[in-house]
Order: sequence, then structure tokens, then C-alpha cells
Amino acid sequence: MKPVYMISGGITKFAKAHPDKDFRLMVKEAYDYALRDLPRFSKDMISGAVGSYFSDHFTRQLKAASMVQDFLGLCPKPSKRVEGGGATGGLCFQSAWEAVASGRMECCVAFGFETMSRVNTWKGNEFIALASDTNFDFPVGGFYSGYYAMMVQRHMYEFGTTVEQMAMVSVKNHANALYNPYAQKAKRLTVKEVRESPMVATPLTMEDICTMSDGAAVCILASEDLAGKVCDRPVRISGVGSGSDAMRMADRPHGNVILLPHELESDYRDLKYPGVHSFRGGRMAAKLAYEMAHLQDPNEELSFVELHDAYTSSEIQTYEDLGLCKYGQGGRFVESGRPFMPGVDYGLELPEQGGLPVNPSGGLLACGHPVGATGLMQAVFAFWQLQRTMEKHLGNGTLQVKNAKRGLIHSHAGTGTYITVSILEAA
Amino acid sequence: MEETGPLIIHDHYEIDYRHSYAEDSPFFLGLGKGKLLGSRCTACGYTFATPRAYCMQCGAATQWHELPLTGRVHTFTTCHYGGEAFLKETPFTLILVEFDGADTLFLSRLKNLPPDQVRIGLPVRARFTKTPTFKVTDVWFEPLDHPRGQ
Ligand SMILES: [Zn+2]
Repeated sequence: MKPVYMISGGITKFAKAHPDKDFRLMVKEAYDYALRDLPRFSKDMISGAVGSYFSDHFTRQLKAASMVQDFLGLCPKPSKRVEGGGATGGLCFQSAWEAVASGRMECCVAFGFETMSRVNTWKGNEFIALASDTNFDFPVGGFYSGYYAMMVQRHMYEFGTTVEQMAMVSVKNHANALYNPYAQKAKRLTVKEVRESPMVATPLTMEDICTMSDGAAVCILASEDLAGKVCDRPVRISGVGSGSDAMRMADRPHGNVILLPHELESDYRDLKYPGVHSFRGGRMAAKLAYEMAHLQDPNEELSFVELHDAYTSSEIQTYEDLGLCKYGQGGRFVESGRPFMPGVDYGLELPEQGGLPVNPSGGLLACGHPVGATGLMQAVFAFWQLQRTMEKHLGNGTLQVKNAKRGLIHSHAGTGTYITVSILEAA
Repeated sequence: MEETGPLIIHDHYEIDYRHSYAEDSPFFLGLGKGKLLGSRCTACGYTFATPRAYCMQCGAATQWHELPLTGRVHTFTTCHYGGEAFLKETPFTLILVEFDGADTLFLSRLKNLPPDQVRIGLPVRARFTKTPTFKVTDVWFEPLDHPRGQ
């Protein structure tokens, strides 16, 4: 495999609706931003592109990525669409990585978008639920928030995780977003306000759940040779991994934990795994990415994490899958303050504030979740962190992780059916 | 050209599908006879509480396996919102059911119990519709101590 670098990125503001821009123009806005940020680069250096959007139901336009390809003036270069539920953006990023790592392309553009505003919120929820088994799961209640609520009820039962710990994730991510002008839903919240917001599916309230969004994101990936020529501060993609699990969460086994290098079998003697409390696919993705990037202990070796927090509960579950803490410790990991940003006032007692910031951008909870763009948005934020250019791109440096060396991005589909983990490093 | 805002129109979309349950058909027919059919692997014995024609563990073919009609709540939630198709049914309670003799779970609705009384481990019993629609909702669960037939 050849080394692969990210050399530029761009995003649109994520918003409830962009009625003045169709999906092509949204992508073009992010694409033009990425090109402007890379003055020595020219379009003829692009070998091809990979496009991603999740739902043909939202778009009501099949082959929509072809329309972006021609709108960007990239025809007749190679192109394809990648789709994988909530992980669509992360899979798109890795597909572009594959194109460059294999030597097939010198430079691959990864673009993603979603236009979720075209139907009302509850129709949108129905469309998303069609990404559960339509014979066995959808007809029973067709609602992803319900599925996640069942998973976290079991997490609470197994490990003693509390709704207050989940609410702390909401406080953190919404407050981080106050410093991110691209975010859709920045606000200062208290644990009490999160708990008192309308109940959606017990125990998840409105403020535990991300919102639907319109938006687009673009990443430009290149070979070492090209990256060296056109980019002052390229970021190396040092590890990629992905995993999967059974579509119906009812079908998942209750077996043994897949161990990371810093864990022991004796850590989990009585734990039935993954059951419905953990994401086996996320653990597999992390394990493969850590192996490729030669990481021994992610909690020590990562500077920050941008993970798929569609729910406050899934952020806590994901800390554990990624090995930021042991299985069962996710709630306590939040309470320790480690995943919070240093230097931001959250109105909370946080003994180890800022040890390993998770979702400094505000994550899906506050940025929004325009599905096909989300995993690429994470890559753009990680890229800016590692270039140490957050201040330039966000207009303020509050969210810049000091001396950021290595970041992890995590994209997640369904109830954990496809999950990607990619490791990016300052070159 | 005069400056205008975006033009937004409304557009309706509807479709009827011809849907076959194919190899899973006996499960849906079973619900009409008051039976819950899971699958047991002919090679390794792994037992799924859902239809799976082939074993997810070892790949061998499975046989239909009649599940007990009582089990326990493995986990639960009460939905106060939902996808558009289910909004009018809120609030409703979803459970994953665990059965003795099965290695996996079954998703269903729990009825006849106030949401604040649902708990993990609660014994439950399957109930079946008298007028089958051949959907997975032809079966639901109620607490085992609920008076039968109420
Ligand atoms: Zn088997």
C-alpha cells in the first residue's frame, strides 16, 4: 500500500434547510472552499472522485452523484457512489483512501451530501428506519431512536450508566459547537435541561438525539508525491479499519469481547458480548485501524476523537468500542471530564477536563447529521485540527486542540451494521 | 433578470409493492396458527429466535424451531414519537424478548402494562392476532401475570 495524505477539505454550514441551493451547489461550495485552501493545486491533478449520499428516498433522484460529478466539471474522470447508511461518509473517505493507496489514483476527491429537509421530521425518521430490517424490525415501530433507547437501557442495566452521564455528553457537544460557525445547533445546556426536554424514547430526550440536516463536505486525498508538491501541511492517513454486525440487533451474539492490545481477557470475565449494549463492528474497525497505525493504547496516543454521536448514549458506547476506556466505564469516562475541551466552561465539575477531547467540533449532536456528508465533515475537522488551522477556518481558536498530533474519526451506520475508523496524523 | 427566492413546489409519491417473504414465509404463516418459529442450526445447534435459513455462526442450513410462548424482557423502551407511519400509535413500548433455549432475541411490542412498570427480566407471554395481516405485528407480548385474554 502507498502512503495516502489528505491535502484539503471544505464544508458547507449544516442547516435545517438550504432551499436556495440544491445538492450539487452545496457540494460545489465545499469543493471550491477546499480548492481555494490549496492554491498550488489545479483541477487537472484530480484523477477521479467518490460521491456519497445515504438515501434515495430523501434525494428522490437516483444517480445523484453523477449530477455532482458533472456539476463540478469532473467528467469524464472515474466516479462512483458509495452508500452505507450513517457510515456513508466514512466509507466514502476510505474508498478514496483505497483509490490512492492502491496506486490507482494520484488524487481522489471524496464528496458527500444529504438533503433531509425535503420531508417533515417524522417522514424523515421513517426513511431512516427503512435502514432496519423491513420484514422484522421496521413494522414493529420503525424508529431508530427506539432501537438506540433499547440498547442504552441494556447498557445502563449491565454497567450502571446513568441518564445524567448521557446528558453530560449533550452539554459538552452543544457547548463546543458555540465556537464552530458550521454547526447547526450550538447552545449552552445544563444536565437538568437535557433531562427536561421532551422524552422521545425512554430514556432518550430530544437533547440526547442529533437533528436532521442539509449539508455537504469534501475531502481531497493524494499520494505522497503530489501531497509534497501542492500542500504545505499535508495530513497522513495512517490507519483505516471497518467492521460490521447483523442487521437485526436481536440476532447479535452474546459471546466474548474482541480485545484491543491494551486489554486482557480477565478484564471481561463475565461480560456477554456484544449483546445489544455494545458495537462489535466498532471494536473491529478500531482494532484494524490501530493495527495499521501501530497504536498500542489509543487513550495515550490520540490527541482527539471525532466520533459518530447520533445519540449521547452511542457516544458513551463508542468510547468503549474504541478502547478509550474499558467496556462498562463509558459513563465514568464522561464524568472524569477527559472527553471535554480544555478551556471551555461547561458549568460542570470536571476533574480531568480535556485529557482527550471527543467531538471538539460539536459532533453530530450539535453540528447536525446530513448523513452522506457527516463522515467527511469529521475528516475535515480532523484535518484542520492536525494542520492546526482551526482558527483560520472557524474564525476563532477555541476548539484547536493544542499540539494535535494524531486524531481518530469514526463513522457509524444503522444499529452498528457498518462502522469505519480512520486515523489521521500530522505529517 | 429580477432577483427571486427559490421556487418550492409540492410533489406526491406513492407505490404498491408485490412483496414475497420467500424462505421466511413459514414464520409469518406460523403467527396465524399461534406459533413463534425460530431457527436451529443443523450443524452447531445455535438457535436463533428469528428466521434465518442459514446459520450466522457456521453457515450450515437451519431447521425451523418452535420457540416457547413465554420469555423475559431483555431490554425495552417506550416511544413517544416515531416514524410517520407509527406516530398515531404513540406511546408504544418496544421490547427485545429472550427465550429459554434460544441464543438470540426477538423484537416485539409489549402491551397491557403501563410504561413505568416495564423492567428488564419481566416475564412475558406471546399473544397473537385473531385476524392475521401476515406482518410481524401479528404477534405481541404482555406481562405473564396479566389475566389471559384481557
Ligand atoms: Zn451453525
